[in-house]
Amino acid sequence: MTLNEIKDILRANVLTKCDTNMHIERVYSADLMSDVLAFCEPESLLITALTNAQVIRTAEFANIKMIVFVQGKRPDRETVALSEEKKIPVLITNLSMFDACGRLYEKGLRSCPDAE
Amino acid sequence: MPVADYMRRDCEVVLMQNKCEKTAEGVFFLTGKDFSNAGVASSELKAILEKMGINHGIIRRAAIAAFEAEMNVIIYTPAGMMRYSITPDYLKIVVEDMGPGIEDIALAMTEGYSTAPHYIREMGFGSGMGLPNIKKNADEMKLSSTPGAGTTLEFIIKIKRE
Amino acid sequence: MKLQELVDSLSLEVKTASFNLTKEVTGGYVSDLLSDVIANSKEGNIWVTLQTHQNIVAVATLRELSGIILVNNRTPDTETLKKAEEEGLPIMVSPLPAFELVGRLYSLGLRCQ
Repeated sequence: MTLNEIKDILRANVLTKCDTNMHIERVYSADLMSDVLAFCEPESLLITALTNAQVIRTAEFANIKMIVFVQGKRPDRETVALSEEKKIPVLITNLSMFDACGRLYEKGLRSCPDAE
Repeated sequence: MPVADYMRRDCEVVLMQNKCEKTAEGVFFLTGKDFSNAGVASSELKAILEKMGINHGIIRRAAIAAFEAEMNVIIYTPAGMMRYSITPDYLKIVVEDMGPGIEDIALAMTEGYSTAPHYIREMGFGSGMGLPNIKKNADEMKLSSTPGAGTTLEFIIKIKRE
Repeated sequence: MKLQELVDSLSLEVKTASFNLTKEVTGGYVSDLLSDVIANSKEGNIWVTLQTHQNIVAVATLRELSGIILVNNRTPDTETLKKAEEEGLPIMVSPLPAFELVGRLYSLGLRCQ
């Protein structure tokens, strides 16, 4: 699924300059970064309600391709700047984590298999 | 030849040397509760490994383990340092801190065990998965601690070249 | 939808308060941040989380949630189990990661409300 499709499904805003055709297959959702580091696979999408800079760091080290912040939470300027520097696109949606996960699942996205 | 071209040539030479360089070592100083810089040391280490042309999977394991270790120092201790040495065969990281120490190491290694305060959990850390994560990503890991004096964590990741 | 139906369709392992599965589930909430759950979950919601600390029981009781599902096969702490049993709060465990489990709850018709 492309970033553009994800943006439409979640009625999200893209906060960083990026390639809107960027593609992902797998998703991991959590608010605990050690779990993300343990189970999220490279090249996947991370869905979280946390918006601090450590989330971007986590994505950087786990080679996560894209991040969606849910619940209308907005990251601060430094966090957005860091995600731009690390070339990790950041999207924000007003949907809850539950509905964001549900909608993407309904459209065919699946979890990182290592987590199962 | 214009000065700019000389400069570009110099850069290329430097990069090539780095790419061929098979060893490196250094140290990062870490400050407790300095959350705005949390991850900077691991990020620089990752960049060094990338420049040395090390396999991506190895770099990912090293970066994840280093980040967990770095976060532990920042969350639980006033200060510490992370030393790294890279040889053609392995990456070794030694993290020493001036923290309260760990009373029961076996318990601290248990998945889900944590002494983190509530605000740390609300930041997405302190879920008791950090040390198990380091162990999972390292080929060897050694943890020693003197309660009241500090903790030393040492881990090795073997390097396979692409 | 009753809690028992979720247990059956998702093969959840019931750890506590199995006498309380007749509760009506009003919707779903997924979060690992207690403050978020306190602020945004609704009465009767089923809460999906990785957290196993005993504070989850206090939060679920405070918000009158219908139950908690722990994902990734997370084992609840002994204190958590004890408190949940006392409060009559069902805690269930699933081997699935949160995204997959929430996706299935969503397919069963649950929403965040």
